[in-house]
Parts: sequence; structure tokens; C-alpha cells
Amino acid sequence: MAARVTLALFLVFMALAPLLVPEFYVTLMNYIGMATLVTLGLVLLTGVVGVMSFGQQAFTGLAAYTTAVLTTVYGVSPWVTLFAALALTAALALTLGFITLRLSGHYLAISTIAWGIAIYFVFGNLEILGRYSGLDNIPPVSLFGWALDTGRESYYLIWIMTLAALIAARNLLDSRSGRAIRALRFRSVMAESYGVDTAMLKIIVFLYAALLAGVSGWLYAHYLRFVAPHGFGVNAGIDYLFMAVVGGASHVWGAVIGASLLTLLREWLNDLLPKLFQRTGNYEIVVFGVLMMLLLHRTRDGLAPVFARLLPAGPGRARPAEAPALARREQPQSGEALLEVRAAQKQFGGLVAVGNLSFEMKSGEILGLIGPNGAGKSTVFNLITGVLRADEGEIRFRGERIDRHPTKEIAARGICRTFQHVNLVSAMSVLDNVALGAHLRGRRGTVAAMLRRDRAEEAQLLAEAARQIDRVGLGSHLFEPAGSLPLGQQRVVEIARALCGDPLLLLLDEPAAGLRYGEKSALAELLRRLRAEGTSILLVEHDMEFVMGLVDRLVVMDFGEKLAEGLPLEIQTNPAVVEAYLGGIE
Amino acid sequence: MSTMLEVSDLRVYYGKVEGLHRASLKVGEGSIVTVIGPNGAGKTTLLGAIMGLLPCSGSVRYAGADLAGTSVEARVSMGLCLVPERRELFGELSVEDNLRLGAFQRIRRGERGLDADMEAVYARFPRLKERHTQLAATLSGGERQMLALGRALMAKPRLLMLDEPSLGLAPRIVREIFHIIADLRKTGVAILLVEQNARAALQVADYGYVLEPGEVALEGRSAELAENPRVAESYLGFAGKS
Amino acid sequence: MSFDIVLWLVQDGIVNGAIYALLALALLLVFAVTRAIFVPQGEFISYAALSLALLQAGKLPGTVYVLVGGGAIAALLDIAVALRDKAPGRLPRILAVYVLLPLAMAGIAWWAAPRKLDMWIQVLIVFGLVVPLGPILYRVAYRPLAGASVLVLFIISMAAHYVLTGLGLVFFGGEGLRSQAFSGAHFKIGVLNISAQSVLVVLATVLIMASLWLFFEHSIYGKALRATAINRVGARLVGIPAELSGSLALTLAAFIGAVSGVLIAPITTIYYDTGFLIGLKGFVGAILGGMGSYPLAAIGAVGVGLLESFSSFWASAFKESIVFTIIIPVLVWRSLTTRHVEDEEE
Repeated sequence: MAARVTLALFLVFMALAPLLVPEFYVTLMNYIGMATLVTLGLVLLTGVVGVMSFGQQAFTGLAAYTTAVLTTVYGVSPWVTLFAALALTAALALTLGFITLRLSGHYLAISTIAWGIAIYFVFGNLEILGRYSGLDNIPPVSLFGWALDTGRESYYLIWIMTLAALIAARNLLDSRSGRAIRALRFRSVMAESYGVDTAMLKIIVFLYAALLAGVSGWLYAHYLRFVAPHGFGVNAGIDYLFMAVVGGASHVWGAVIGASLLTLLREWLNDLLPKLFQRTGNYEIVVFGVLMMLLLHRTRDGLAPVFARLLPAGPGRARPAEAPALARREQPQSGEALLEVRAAQKQFGGLVAVGNLSFEMKSGEILGLIGPNGAGKSTVFNLITGVLRADEGEIRFRGERIDRHPTKEIAARGICRTFQHVNLVSAMSVLDNVALGAHLRGRRGTVAAMLRRDRAEEAQLLAEAARQIDRVGLGSHLFEPAGSLPLGQQRVVEIARALCGDPLLLLLDEPAAGLRYGEKSALAELLRRLRAEGTSILLVEHDMEFVMGLVDRLVVMDFGEKLAEGLPLEIQTNPAVVEAYLGGIE
Repeated sequence: MSTMLEVSDLRVYYGKVEGLHRASLKVGEGSIVTVIGPNGAGKTTLLGAIMGLLPCSGSVRYAGADLAGTSVEARVSMGLCLVPERRELFGELSVEDNLRLGAFQRIRRGERGLDADMEAVYARFPRLKERHTQLAATLSGGERQMLALGRALMAKPRLLMLDEPSLGLAPRIVREIFHIIADLRKTGVAILLVEQNARAALQVADYGYVLEPGEVALEGRSAELAENPRVAESYLGFAGKS
Repeated sequence: MSFDIVLWLVQDGIVNGAIYALLALALLLVFAVTRAIFVPQGEFISYAALSLALLQAGKLPGTVYVLVGGGAIAALLDIAVALRDKAPGRLPRILAVYVLLPLAMAGIAWWAAPRKLDMWIQVLIVFGLVVPLGPILYRVAYRPLAGASVLVLFIISMAAHYVLTGLGLVFFGGEGLRSQAFSGAHFKIGVLNISAQSVLVVLATVLIMASLWLFFEHSIYGKALRATAINRVGARLVGIPAELSGSLALTLAAFIGAVSGVLIAPITTIYYDTGFLIGLKGFVGAILGGMGSYPLAAIGAVGVGLLESFSSFWASAFKESIVFTIIIPVLVWRSLTTRHVEDEEE
């Protein structure tokens, strides 16, 4: 509620501001609005997804020049050129995105510098773009014949677009796609394991950031009514990054805060310092740098969290309401062949992690996979889920060969897993983490999310997540950040997430590690219940008591190969297993 | 026997979640003390706080001095060493370089006799000697644990803190590691041993604490703890079979 | 294009590439140890080159004010910490490192400037003025942010770059300077006309690389730096202070920057902001080399030098954009051939 009141007050202020403040500040606020658009793109791209871009000004420039040329040379209406400019921006973004987004980390950052510099020189050297002196006499935007040619009129155009973008971005992050987007930065393997097309999603965010920059460029051209290359140099790109970081790179409203602070600060410094030092042009940048350092030393996460603390804390989020259950997969007949691993082989360098491993699993059974650490158990999981590709051999699921499929397609067939090393988005709530498990059970995309056309489905997803969280006994922790739970409970959250995917086959990697005795019994009980419901479970676990009392059959691995296979009792008395693995301590 | 380490009312917070609630314990000079308990009970947190890696409230006294405000490096040079759960070796450096860096503070102070200490470590872990030019990343799990121990010994610790030395090791290697721990007692170093393998830990230790999520639930002489029905049921049952 | 032009361009490319290679090493080192993309590396180059040129002209370089002022701020920060920790025993060392040393260097420069001493002594004075800026910069800008994300550290690097460039403009003015060559000699080998200056640049580069290699392979501090780069937690646990590693890395970076500045000063006219672009090319070299391997970074940097040299011959207006654009295919190739490791959450 408090957030709504704050938002309403902010909107009222923004609506009245041009009537209250002097013209000069209206101009500044217009600049702030245009910068906010670009920065918002960076918040999503850099702050949330972790792709550092120094090149947003290229998109701003492209859109600005497109509209400038079309309106001045060809006399096209700005409303038409808005779409032309955005189409061209999108084309450039998709081209760059497909080439460069596969780059990792620093490669990507430097490539954004590269295209930023390249496009600046293109602007500066093309005759049709007026070379370094640019293009002028761009017409203002007009609305039903009414030209928006004053600062105050442009203000409303700029800020309506900016606020719409801010709200859309906030909606996006709070949705099915938003959860996947928030997992992209540190947890892309996990996201793929739950069916997220991470490469596509990255491109969508990249495209969205570019389009925001494009809108800003279009506004810029028609507000200033003049474009020149120097507005779109690398320095501009770095300025946008400053705004995102200072505002708080992973917070939507940080874009407004950062853009406002930097714009105002630059203005005040340019105004104030020459009076102070009695000379011009030298000290602004020094003082600016010093202030930025001081600010980041005090709050390295930017100002948005500081502002958030100033606001009154609202009541906690309410538990998701009951909603119609999501459709479930039909479980296969008990006893049907479910998983077949045939002569699978995987080497890392010269080291054989899995060598000539074969085993089968029938529907409705719990199969234990045990063996000393380093025996290759987690590698088997990675082979089955397509995170790693087997060098040789084949893996079949319900008769179909899956070992050449990408992870997300294997997930779509109903294989859900947990990870040996907890793989949760720590800053995201337990509820959102678990709901991510149901990614494939929803279909609403990013545009629907921005427009809030996804609420019915979202309610179903969250209700399902809450149900699964209750089931594993963590119902009182729905809204806590997953990273704040003890490690043992984080593993349990992983199990809830896997259940949320409505699995036919559940792969559990050491689920009992870090649980207390009572919790282990509860977990064993839950797994038995799942088996009764028809879910098949492949279980890697070290805790022998837990394993022996639960599984139907066991496969024992040692040094990447199968050492034995059989019923728990047979395994416990198998001399080879006893020697290699169960050997006593004393 | 004088007290080497005295921890009282130690509290650690992760954001809003309390990772450790008023934990207190003592380690006497030259003794082996173990803290057992399930994962997630805060054992690693406890060691991290004593080492100065995590901010905490309450008091940590070591060799008579209050450690509040003392940096990790200063603690190392006072002879307080931690062998962490994840080993934290320098994977792309050789075994020998890893060991030498263990004595970084001593080299910085200009101490002599490092070569003799290195030989002593090699004598204790002959496999490290065989592999002294190999990169640490190429070692097996057991060898890594030995290297982590050897690296800590190079600092000439007075109190050695071991976090789950048996984690992820085959039973054969676990046995070897525990023999080494028991053997270290002869050198006079005090040991604070954190373990999930309660049976083995109680066998080598003089005194034990049972940490249940967030707080110390039980304490006593190792032999007595091993007899305690609650401990036997909760912890020894599993460990005995694995 | 005739053969001797090709040779001439190759020579030019290798000389510039050698300097970029030095910078690539410095950037790589700082990144590995602190996770900061070290943008202010370029300022060390400008400061060193301009200081040398000014000393040769018999003037006191403005670097002394930056050094003394920066040292004073670093000292104040450390004194505040020492008082808070109730550790007055640290004060003498703080004053010696951050106050007395800069004052002494400033004094020497002030005494030496009008005397126009021998060039090699002037070079030493330049080192004395520029190298201490490394640890001072670490103390003032980076140390309070140890452990921050790469993005935040980059922004801090930019802020430091702004401050140092701004101060450069204040103290050196907007005019470019060029120092005298170390030697005007030329050797003729067949059609090849090699200047002694080029030979000096390449020799100095090789020498510094060799000594860095010795430092990293055979000294405990070199190994400590590598250890910090490999595993930060492990380094703290064996008692290597993070501040020591960071400070040492920036000292080396400042030294490499100073050497580069001194080497490039007779070849190119240097302005207060020239260093940035030179540093950026070193960065491109480091990136081409994969941001992890020193030899590959050096090769990448020489490649950048050659590319730049040839593109300035064919299309000098587009020199910079060619250098920065042509790396995209190389990046794609490198990225496809190196294994992607998922970022660890901070």
C-alpha cells in the first residue's frame, strides 16, 4: 500500500512540476526523462542480467538520426518515423545481439565499446547525416495539429513515455519471464534446466534496452530539433552506466534517481564551480569524479536501496490466493521403461568422469545412485539433463533418444532436477524461486507481462509454487530471500522448485545433506508419497541409512564406472562395494 | 592447562537471519576440541567468525587477547589458522608454492627455518613430496585436504581450526586424515575440529560441543558425549554406517 | 605498397605494440588481483610523459602537487582508521609512506628541475613522482570498495580517471608536449632503417617482461599476488592482506605506466588526455589475449599495434574505428573457443 501511495504522490508531483518550477528546470527534467529511458534499459541489461554495455548511445543515435533524416529530407511525420526509427534500432540490436550476446563477460563489454566507437565515426563521416556538424531544423512532434514545441509541452510527451516504460519494466520483472530474467546473471544453467531459453531471453532484454534507447533518441531529436555526433560518443554511453550504477543498477526506480542526480549535479557543477574558482572548464570533472567516489564508497549498491529505506515499510506481501490448478502431465504406466543409459562416456581432458556406464530405470521406482565422491554421479545428472554432452553412448527417455537435445528441451519432457551446489537466485524470494520451476507450465511472454495481461496465469503459477513450498514444509518462509535461509533449507527449496515443474522423473542430487534427523525422515516420507503418486526418482545421496530405507534399487559407481547394481540388501553384502565404498572407519 | 581460545556469547547475522546464537566454547592449550552437528547448524559460521572472516558480536579471546578489530592477517600471524571446508587452495600454483605461501607471514617477518618445516610437512605427507611440482588443481580430493593441512602447518599455528576435513573423501582417506589429526597433538598444537562425521571426531577429540541450528545444545568430554543417548541417536547412527 | 613501406609500418607497429603489451600486462595484473578494469592506467602514461618533457624544459611538473595532495588524503584516511582502531603505532609508517616520501620526491623534483640534469636522472625522478601515485590511488579510490562488483569497480575507475584527467588539465594545461629522443641514432640493415629509439622501446619492454616473470615466479610477493588473483579467500587465510596485494598491483601498474610514458614521450606528442586512448588499446590487447594469459595478452597487444600501423597508412581518418571494429570477429572467435564459466554470485 505504502508503495502505491508513494507512486501516486510521485505521479502527482511529476504532473504538476512543469507548472511549479522555472523553465530552466523543466528543460533539465526533460533531459532527465530522456536519460532515464536509456538508463532503464541498462538497469535491466546490466544491473539485472549482468551484461555490461557501453554502447547504448549507438541506439539512441541511430534512432535520432533516422527520424532526423526522414523528417527533414523526406518530410515524413514524426509519428511515422517513431516506428521507422524503432524498426531500424531493433534491426541493429538484433544483428549485434545475435553476434555478440554469445560472448561472455569482458568480450561482450569491449565489443559494446567497439560498436559505440564505430557508429560514432559513421555518424561523423556520412554526407547525408551532415558529417560532424549534424542535422538541424528537425520539426517538433505534433499532436492533432498542435506542435509540442515548448519545453513544458515536450515535458509531458517525454515523461508520459518514460513513466510508461518504468511501469512496464517493473511489471516485467514481477512475472514469469521476470523470474527467468533475474536468473540469467548467475544461474543460467539452472534456468535452462527448467526450460528457459536463456539465449533468447537475453536477446529480448537486449532488444528492449535498445528500443528504450531508441525512444530516447527519437524524443531527443524532436525536442532539441538538432542532432550531431558528439551527443552519441562513448562518453555518453559511459554516462548512462554511471547513472545506472549510482541510481542502483538492479532497481527499476534507480534509473530515475541516477539520471536525476547526474544531470542535476553536472548542471550545478558547471554553474557553481567557475564562480568558486574564478576560472572555467577545469574543475568540474575533478569535483564530479571525487563526488562519485565518495558516493560509491558510502553506498556501493547505489541510491535506490537508500531511498527504499526512507519510505515507510508496507505490510508484508500476502500469501498468493488459491487459483485453479495448473494442468498436470499424465504419469506413465508404472513399470514402463523410463530412462535408459547405454554405454555413456564422458571425459574431461584425459580424466574419465563417466566411463561405459549403463543402467535402466522403470517408471514409478526410486533408484539410488551411490559411490564415493568423484565417482561421477553428478556428471551422470549433467549428462541426463543435457548440461553436458556425452562423448559416446546414448540416453533414452521413454524410448526417445535425448542425449543430443539441449537442456531446455529435455526439461520440457518432464525431467526436473536439484543441484549438488545450491542453485537458487539468492536475492529472489523463496516463492519466486520455486515458481521458476513452473516456467514451462505457463506461456505468457514479456509483452503480456509488461501490460499486466498475465495476471490469471501468474496467480496459478504462484499458487502452485506456494502449494509445493507447503508440501516441503517451508510455508512460513515464502517471501524471505532464498539466500537468507540456512543451506539445508535452501536444498529443500530446490526440491520444491523441482516439484513445481510437475516432473515425470525427479533427479535429486544429495537432497538430505545438511538436514537434521527429523527433517530427513520428513523428506523420506515426501519422496515415498511422490513415488506412490507415480513420480520416478533418481537419487544421489551419501547418507546410507536414508538411501537404504528408501530406494527400490541401487546403482553403485566408482571411478566413473558401474561397480554393482541391485537391491539394497544385495549391495550391502557385495564384497566389491564394501571394499570400495562402505569400508568401516575403524 | 591454560585456555587457548575462549568464545563467549558469539552471535552472527546474515542480513536478518541469525546464523549463530550466543555460542560459547573453550579450547585448552594443546587439546583437541570438536564441534559436531548437522550441516546448516552454523559450524562453518562459527569458525568464520573466530577467524575474523565474518562480522560478529560477543567476544573472542585468543591467547589472552581480545580479537575484536583484529584483521584476518593479524590473526594468522598470531598463530590462528583455519583450514576451510572448501580448502581454498591456489589451484594454478604448484604444491610447493602453496606450502611456501602458507608461511607468508613468517617470511614477511624474516623468520628462518622454513626449509626444515617444509621437510617436516613432506615427512608427514609423503604424497605431497611426490607431487611437489604438480599444480594444486591436479590433486585428488584427499591430496587436496593434505595440502590444505600442510599449508596451514607452514604458518606454525598454535590453534588450528579444521572445517569438515572428512568432507567428500572416501572412507579410506577419511581414516588417514583422522590419524594425522590425532598425530598432530604431539606437536602441541591445539585443534578445533568441526565435523559432521561425529563418530570419528569424538574418537580423536578430548572434549566436544554439539551445535544444533544456531546454538550449542550439549557439551562434555568426548567419551561422555559418545555415550549420550541423544547424540548417539542423532549423529552416531548415520556416521557409524557410512 | 612497396616493401620498405611495409617494413617501416611493421617497425612502427611493433614499437607501439610493445608499449601496448606492457600496458596490457598491467591491466591484466590489476584486474586479476582487484577485479577492477583499470582505466586510470592511461593517466600514469600521460603524467610520466609530460613530467619528463617538463623536466627537460627546466620546469617543475605539476605531478608533484597531485602526488603530495593525494598522499595527504591517503594519510588522512589511514590516520582516521588508525585512531578508530586505537593503534597509534601505525602513524609513523603512514606519515613516512604517504607524506614524507611524496614531499621528498617533490623536493628532489623542485631542486632538479631548473638544473636540467642528465636525461637518465630525469627519468628516475619521473619514476619517483609517478610510481607512488599507484599505492596512493589504491588507498584513496579502490580500497574502500574491496569486494565490490566489477561494474562498481569500473565506475570507480572511471571516476578516478575523470579526477586524474581533470587534474592533468589543471596542472599540465591543454598543450601537447614531446620529449627529446633518448638517441637520434639509426641503424641500416639492408633496406631496413631502424631507429635506436625503436630498439630501446623493444628492449625495455622485453627487459620489463622478463623481470615481471622473475618476480612472479621467484619472489614470495610475486607469488602472493598470483595467489590473491587465484583465490582471494585462500590468500586471506594464509595471511596475505588484500590491501597489500591491491597496493602492490597498482604500484606495478604505475611503474609500467611510467615506463610506457617515458618510452612513448619522444615518439608521439602527448596531451593530458592522450594516455586514455593508449591505455584503451592495451586493454584491447589484453582482451584479445583472453584477459587471463600474460603471453597471449602481449601477443594481442602487438597485434593491435600492427593493425593500427597499417590502418593508419590505408585510412588514417578511420584508424581508431578500424582498430576497435576489427576486434569483434576476433572476440567472437575467442569466445567460441574458450570455455564459458558461469559467474559466481557475489
